[in-house]
Amino acid sequence: MAAEGSSSIDALGQFQLHPALGGIGASVNFTQSNLMMVVASLLVLALLWFGMKPRAMVPGRLQAAAELAYESMMSMCVEQIGPEGRKFFPFVFTLFFFILFGNLLGVFPYFFTFTSHIMVTLALALLVFVLVTAVAIKEHGLHFFSYFLPQGIPMVLAPLLVVIEVISYLSRVISLSVRLFANMMAGHVMLEVFGAFIIMLSGLGWLGYFPAGLSFGLNTILIGFELLVAVLQAYVFAVLTCIYLHDAVHLH
Amino acid sequence: MSQDDGDPGPSFEDRLKVARSKQGLDAPPTPPGQDGLGGSAWGIGARVGVELVSALVVAVAIGYGLDRIFHTTPILTAVFVPLGGAAGVANLWRVFAPKQSDRG
Repeated sequence: MAAEGSSSIDALGQFQLHPALGGIGASVNFTQSNLMMVVASLLVLALLWFGMKPRAMVPGRLQAAAELAYESMMSMCVEQIGPEGRKFFPFVFTLFFFILFGNLLGVFPYFFTFTSHIMVTLALALLVFVLVTAVAIKEHGLHFFSYFLPQGIPMVLAPLLVVIEVISYLSRVISLSVRLFANMMAGHVMLEVFGAFIIMLSGLGWLGYFPAGLSFGLNTILIGFELLVAVLQAYVFAVLTCIYLHDAVHLH
Repeated sequence: MSQDDGDPGPSFEDRLKVARSKQGLDAPPTPPGQDGLGGSAWGIGARVGVELVSALVVAVAIGYGLDRIFHTTPILTAVFVPLGGAAGVANLWRVFAPKQSDRG
C-alpha cells in the first residue's frame, strides 16, 4: 500500500494478484482475488443463513437485514422486469450481493477488491449479456432479431440502423463492465495516492504535518465516498441487468 | 410518539418515506426506464462517457476484426467508427429519452 520510494507513488501495485493460501494456492493459481470472491460468497450465505435461522415474527437485526435484502431485490425485479421478474430474482439477487460484498470488502485495509479487475467485471457482464440474449431468444425465438430493427423507419435506412443497433446492443457488455471496474479502480487509486501523500508529507518534518493531516482528512472522506460508490455501483449493475432482462422479456 | 396519535395526517408509511428520502436513505424514485445514476450531474457525466466510449470500443473492435479477416485494413475500421459513434448516441438517447415508453 505504501509508496515505493520517497518520491514515487505506486498507485497500481495494489491491484497486483498474488497467490493466496500459501503453497496450495500457488500451485493452482488461487489468488487473493479468488479468495475474496469466496469470502464474499460465504458472507452472503452467512447473512442469509444466520439471518433467517431464528425465523422470528419480530426480526432481530440480522434477520431484518436479510429480509430487507430479499424484499428490496424482489421489488426491484418485479418493478423493473414486470411480473416475470420473479423468475430472475435468484440471479439478480446473487449478482447484486456478490458485487456489493466484493465492493465493500475492498474498503477494508489489506483486503482486495476483486471488482477492480476488468476481467472479473467483464466476466460478470458477459454472464448477464449471454443470459439476457438467451432469455430473449427463448421467449421470442427468431422474432428476437426484430429487436435490432427499430419500428417505423424507412427501409432505406434499415441497413445502417441495424448495424448501429447491433453495436449498441453489444456495447452493453463494455459499458456494464467498465462502469463497475472504473469506479472501483478509480476510488482505490485515489485512496492509495492520498495515503501515500500522508506518508511522504509526514516524512517532511513539521512543515508537512498540516498537509499530511489534510490528506488524512480527505482520505477519511474518500472512504465514506467509497462506501457510497460500492453500494451504488452494485445497485446500478443489478438495475441495468433488470432493465436488460425487461428488454429481453418484452422486446421493445 | 404520543403526540402523533391524534394526528390524522399522512400515514406512517408516507411520513417514513418522506423522512427517508429527505435523509437520502432511499434512492430517489427512478422512472422505470432509467437507472439510479440519472440523478446527479456527476452520474450523468460518467454515464455519458461510458456509453459513448463503450459503443465506440465495440465498433472499433468489429471494424478491426473484419479488416483482419477480409484484408481490407483501414476501410472497415473507418466505416465502423462513425457507426460506433452513432450507436453511442443511440445508447444515450435510450437512457435520457424524454418519453418513458421507449426503452428498447
